[in-house]
Amino acid sequence: MKKIILLLFILALAACAPQAEQPTTLTVMTHDSFAISEEVVVAFEEAQGVKVVFLASGDAGSALNKAVLTKDAPLADLLFGVDNTFLSRALEAEIFEPYDAPALAEIPAEFKLDASNNALPVDFGDVCINYDKSYFAEKGLAVPANFEDLLAPEYNGLLVVENPATSSPGLAFLMATIAHFGEDGYLSYWLGLRDNGVVVADGWETAYYTNFSASSGRGPQPMVVSYGSSPAAEVIFAETALDDAPTASILGPETCFRQIEFVGILTGTENRALAEAFIDFMLSTEFQEDLPMQMFVYPALPSAQLPDEFVAYAEQPENPASLDPALIAEKREQWISDWTKTVLK
Amino acid sequence: MFNRQDAESAEFFSENAKKNTLKPWRAWRLGGSLKNWLPALLFLGLFFFYPLVKILTLGVDSPEFLSPASLQIALDSLGFTLYQAALSMLLTLLVGLPAAYLFARYDFLGKSLLRALTAVPFMLPTVVVAAGFNALLGARGWLNLTLINLLDLETPPITVLYTLGAILLAHVFYNTTIVIRVVGNALSRLDPRVNEAARLLGANRWDAFWRVTFPLLRPSILAASLLVFLFDFTSFGVILLLGGPSFATIEVEIYIQTLSMLNLPVAALLSIIQLLCTLAFSILYSKMLAKTAVQTAQRESASITKRAKTLPERLFLYSLISLLLALFVLPMLALPLRSVSQLEANRGERTTIKSTFTTDYYEELFINRRGSRFYVPPIEAAKNSLQYAGITVMLSLLLGFPVASALAKPKRLDRILDPILMLPLGASAVTLGLGFIISFSKPPLNWIASPLLVPLAHTMIALPFVIRSLQPALASIPQRYREAASMLGASPLRVWIEVDFPIISRATLAAATFAFTVSLGEFGATSLLARPSYPTIPTAIYRFLSQPGGLNYGQAMAMATILMLLTTVGIFVIEKVRLSNAEW
Repeated sequence: MKKIILLLFILALAACAPQAEQPTTLTVMTHDSFAISEEVVVAFEEAQGVKVVFLASGDAGSALNKAVLTKDAPLADLLFGVDNTFLSRALEAEIFEPYDAPALAEIPAEFKLDASNNALPVDFGDVCINYDKSYFAEKGLAVPANFEDLLAPEYNGLLVVENPATSSPGLAFLMATIAHFGEDGYLSYWLGLRDNGVVVADGWETAYYTNFSASSGRGPQPMVVSYGSSPAAEVIFAETALDDAPTASILGPETCFRQIEFVGILTGTENRALAEAFIDFMLSTEFQEDLPMQMFVYPALPSAQLPDEFVAYAEQPENPASLDPALIAEKREQWISDWTKTVLK
Repeated sequence: MFNRQDAESAEFFSENAKKNTLKPWRAWRLGGSLKNWLPALLFLGLFFFYPLVKILTLGVDSPEFLSPASLQIALDSLGFTLYQAALSMLLTLLVGLPAAYLFARYDFLGKSLLRALTAVPFMLPTVVVAAGFNALLGARGWLNLTLINLLDLETPPITVLYTLGAILLAHVFYNTTIVIRVVGNALSRLDPRVNEAARLLGANRWDAFWRVTFPLLRPSILAASLLVFLFDFTSFGVILLLGGPSFATIEVEIYIQTLSMLNLPVAALLSIIQLLCTLAFSILYSKMLAKTAVQTAQRESASITKRAKTLPERLFLYSLISLLLALFVLPMLALPLRSVSQLEANRGERTTIKSTFTTDYYEELFINRRGSRFYVPPIEAAKNSLQYAGITVMLSLLLGFPVASALAKPKRLDRILDPILMLPLGASAVTLGLGFIISFSKPPLNWIASPLLVPLAHTMIALPFVIRSLQPALASIPQRYREAASMLGASPLRVWIEVDFPIISRATLAAATFAFTVSLGEFGATSLLARPSYPTIPTAIYRFLSQPGGLNYGQAMAMATILMLLTTVGIFVIEKVRLSNAEW
């Protein structure tokens, strides 16, 4: 019996723990890749007299699922990290309250996919094919310029992609092929890729570190679906200082898919004013300029300055692929399941 | 589900209460039995069955739950799940049975170290194992690089990744230790005189084995096979990371259906199938374990081990040791090696990769280069991991002790309840994670932000093993010692301190270390709970692996090496203090 009492006591402690913190806390639910500089967040905390708690809730998909399932009793005041491939699920589930942030006036219209301002754009990045520069140089092989080139026999077995059912860049890449070849054509393109030995990995970590030849994992494939900013990260996180990036991106028309990440105030928050202040902060120059080096994405705010490494090594496509969010909402599950049947089965 | 169990046990209890009037001491045992189970059942009821039922209800209530499309998905993944689990189990037995014989019957230099090393993989997170396999067997792993240099090849000769072979290899790597332990313990308890008697009566070596030794070992072999099968059946990380996307077990399918499709009806159907299978395997397993206990021979295990003398014996010994070294030690050695070597001497050159020694990755761990709020100091990650592990140890001992003592002299009630303990091993972490989210996010159960949820989840996983370690030790205490002590005037507490404690202290330490290492390496449950900033070592490894760049990869390897060292030390402690008759 003592043990039961002790157990209940522990549980009671657990129940009290969250409330025992400072009176004003702002909880921001994020995906696991979220990052921010200590000094930038401290500046916000001091200005507002609030403690910001970041609740890492799995990858982008899991974080959103958790927010959807806890709609009636939200775990946090805000959710950051819903991207345009998942935006429809968030909007349909009505997990956000609209907020017409003043800073939205400066954000380009192409990022504002939700006209009702339930979800506000914060940053964007391009999912592109990265290639191993020295592999192509050494073999005297031309770098493929577009999706069609990848079907050529000389690229047999040289590309690794992620499974769209388990990976967010994988899903974005699938959507790039749908944008380019149309709903009628993309599956036959993937059949062609399959015949040309495309390798499918479960997620970005495996594809990049186990399969990609220019990463430290030293894999067999010289082309990988990654991000336009990855070459800059290779320079910044190199073991020995590099004067050039070992990788680059294929930037042909519609070969990259633009992912836009959104933040929203979760319905039912008791800290509405603070949540608004946090969104204003996320759209401020200070936070927007902190983004690139923390998360390797581009600021949505055009006036934000990019760090030198980004200017030098991260590349942006001139003509990225995009799809109508309404179409994505309608077809996402169908695409994933058709792709699975075509490529994996 | 919990209520039904409760009702069942209550009914059983009242039925037996009548008989108890005849023998008062029996009343104490039976009453004690239920009381012993109460904390663990309450714990599982609140933290396992309640969230699970809640999340499954969401899916079951939908008309799609039993639609033909859902059933088709379930059938497809069930088929592959059973197929790969059966194959993996057979291969694991193929390696494990000779190894069990080796450890039970022979003495050789470094035996306890090798035995400990074969157990380490069981505790390691999949991402670490996958990195180890890649460092060894990958296209530019040590093995392929060596072969390329030796034979002057153009392309790597060995391709294992993304094949069924990789899945099977990893399952053997993970689970052989179960066979070594369960069957090995039965073997070392087997009285060799039984065999000798058969030989004296005219049986040849083969007959004696088939008709005497094997029947006696059969329950333990079956028990080990079932446990191995259960782990292969619910395999997740190995399938995703090493098998690649063309293979999907039920657990993987649940993950996909939940995460990318938010298709809760199908996920619920799959979860229920997996749970029912787990329950069936657990019931069989408990039955087998009960049989193994019957034929214990009273002999010191030391007296039946010997050194290899004849040539065939030596051949067997050395080839098996080499196989075990290659299978278990090489992949684990590849990782620490990779964490101190830089492959970048000639970045980009394809065939000649030089590696140079470096401590950069370890030094870099201590630097917060980008001033990030999410920087994880390694000491802090280790501290969090150790704290979680500490709480897991306390909780699982607290809950496990009463159950283990009830199971030490099992009554019918105990046997009925026993398989339930194993159920958390068969629950999908994704499902349970979501269950936690919807069950514990509202007052009065508003615990979702509590860091205690992580060790609570770890306790669920560690509990069955803790109980299996404690139970034989508790069963081995002769009742007459206790009676003698009380006869001589010792109080119940004094009896416990003087008689029980010395015998069970070693088993307790082993059980504690087990819970400790399970908690250290666990990532699945941790990652699925929403968690504020208390990163553990495995979460730190994932954080490094989620960004490109050589330094990130190197630091992930360094962190993984630290985790592996902590785990190895833990296992070594178990080995040193473990009782020879522990089931685990």
